[in-house]
Amino acid sequence: MSTQNPVIPTKKTGISLLPLVSKNAVPILFAILCTLAAWLAKMDPWFLASEIITRLARNSLLVLALLIPVSAGLGLNFAIVLGAMAGQTAVIAITHYKMTGLWGFVVAMLASAPLAALLGYLAGKIMNRAKGREMITSMILGFFVNGLYQLVFLFLIGPVIPMQNRSIMLPSGVGIRNTVDLFRIEKVLDKLWRPIVLGVRIPMGTLIFVGLICAAIHFLMRTRLGQQMRTVGQDMHIAGVAGIDVDRTRIIAMIISTVIAAWGQLIFLQNISTLNTYNSHEQVGTFAVAALLVGGATARRATIWQAIVGVLLFHTLFIVSPQAGHAIIGVPQIGEYFRVFVAYGVIGVALALHAWQSRKS
Amino acid sequence: MKKKLLDFAAKMEIPRLIIVGFLLFIFAVAFITGLPLDSLFSASLVRVGMNGVLVLAMVPTVSAGVGLNFGLPVGVLCGLVGVLLSMQLDLHGFVGFFSALLFSFPLAVLAGWAYALLLNRVKGQEMMVGTYVGFSSVAVMCIFWLLAPFNNPELVWAIGGRGLRSTLTLDKHFAKVLNNLFLVKLGKIEIPLGLLGFFGLLCLIVHLLFRTKLGLAIKAAGSNPRFAEAAGINPDHTRIYGVILSTVLGAVGIVIYAQSYGFVQLYMAPLMMGFPAVAAILLGGASLQRASIGHVILGTFLFQTLLTITLPVASRVVQGDISEVARLIVSNGMILYALTRGERREIA
Repeated sequence: MSTQNPVIPTKKTGISLLPLVSKNAVPILFAILCTLAAWLAKMDPWFLASEIITRLARNSLLVLALLIPVSAGLGLNFAIVLGAMAGQTAVIAITHYKMTGLWGFVVAMLASAPLAALLGYLAGKIMNRAKGREMITSMILGFFVNGLYQLVFLFLIGPVIPMQNRSIMLPSGVGIRNTVDLFRIEKVLDKLWRPIVLGVRIPMGTLIFVGLICAAIHFLMRTRLGQQMRTVGQDMHIAGVAGIDVDRTRIIAMIISTVIAAWGQLIFLQNISTLNTYNSHEQVGTFAVAALLVGGATARRATIWQAIVGVLLFHTLFIVSPQAGHAIIGVPQIGEYFRVFVAYGVIGVALALHAWQSRKS
Repeated sequence: MKKKLLDFAAKMEIPRLIIVGFLLFIFAVAFITGLPLDSLFSASLVRVGMNGVLVLAMVPTVSAGVGLNFGLPVGVLCGLVGVLLSMQLDLHGFVGFFSALLFSFPLAVLAGWAYALLLNRVKGQEMMVGTYVGFSSVAVMCIFWLLAPFNNPELVWAIGGRGLRSTLTLDKHFAKVLNNLFLVKLGKIEIPLGLLGFFGLLCLIVHLLFRTKLGLAIKAAGSNPRFAEAAGINPDHTRIYGVILSTVLGAVGIVIYAQSYGFVQLYMAPLMMGFPAVAAILLGGASLQRASIGHVILGTFLFQTLLTITLPVASRVVQGDISEVARLIVSNGMILYALTRGERREIA
């Protein structure tokens, strides 16, 4: 992978560039791929920049939600889908009660937190029963809870859960519509402060919120709890001997991750301002994990910077690949399937490398 | 007496008891509401034959110690290429069906071998890696379907657009050739003997394969790699055989599925194909370490009957198609249960 690098360090330079490059081989490779695709797609750089900024604000919190379980040794938490579903439940609730603006958004955040915490607690319990295969379990758990979510919102709303609301329910009076218009909270957080820098609108409100969460994660990892999480992540057995309640620490990690994911989905939804009731959450886990891995993280080590770089690169590829596909072969779908392949492929390769390395050591 | 009952429950395991109970309940509701049970039963028999081989594909990997084959789409894609080649050459009837099997066979062996080499390097994480190998190969094949040089007008988009159509009809080729072979009517119940016979034959072949020296070696290495190594068996080799066999069965499975369904679905359609198969064998009583032909037959029968019979019964009670949601919950719930059973495998 590192053959892309033309810089060959010599002894004279003192600092060798090679380890830096090989350490960051994945993000460098993707940066090259992105530049190449953007160049082929001949996109307007301003349009590209504003798209990237929008997507950075929209998606980064969902990726940041993955960090803590990685530190606690749970691997890549595909079950952030549970948090996304909690967020969507809250959004449906505030839309039903016609809450508007920032106030409505804050209520949604507050309402989603306990639900997400409960789901995170249950997910943590399940992960503790599946030690050594947390990732596949978290993925299947996401599918399973998705089934329950659909059961609730397609069949139980109406006959079992009393609700009457023509604007968000299906005409039959059972179930929520496939799409719910979220005009009441449209871009409320983005619009809080949206300066125009060099002709690009920057959703500062959201970025600041995301920054605050980053800072919170940063400090959390330096508290006693964070230290315990890292110890558990390094070796559960040693942590147990050292007197740390391993199972409890892992559950807490899952709870925090799920709550952040719920808020991440809320940020996503206020930006998109349309809720696809039965689809918005489905790919959340896959795309967040893929983005984190593109940033150079592994299933055992992930940092805030890797998350942010990953979102930047992954979404740049997302924006440019259809046009690049069109430019190369004349079929835009190629680019679309290519980015699907990138999302799945990067996860597959990263997991394979992870498994390979952990066997070697 | 109470202890006996509890023992029985423990042996049956709670989720399976729930499913069987639910199935009986559904049958009762169907009987009371006067649904045509015989036609529902016929339909579920067809679906057993249609899906059975895909479930059977789980047995070799579990026996070889690789775990459940979530990478089933790898085999499925090989089978699809076989079907397309047979259609491209305008082959019909049984010739078309068997040539599809024949074309997909070498591909599946090759793909299975490569997949197995990868799985041997990621021991302990086979299921997760397998899932994403399956997903990414589906995405790669999407690009292949777009660019592949097929030119039979039945296969490619007529006007505008490039590449293969997303759904192809097999009507003129080999749709339902097995389904209609030896179709026996017992009263009002139709029994597709040809389809079920073919499924049975494959089960028998797999059963006999595991009786041969090689099969026993695969099993031994699967249940205890260290012991097998001491006995002079290379577990890495036996794992490769298991994965190849599973991939081939996946390819055969989709060809049978397609002829029974009457359509071939390309692009993202095979993406989730592994999960129902995994769920079915688990429902039959298999675990991550142990799977037998009996589990396949029982599991497929329970799972498919559940799916066929839930829809018409549920549609009398609730509006909308609840069977898809039921499938999601049952299949993933079953997999989740198997993953969290706490059955520890000795880490080799």
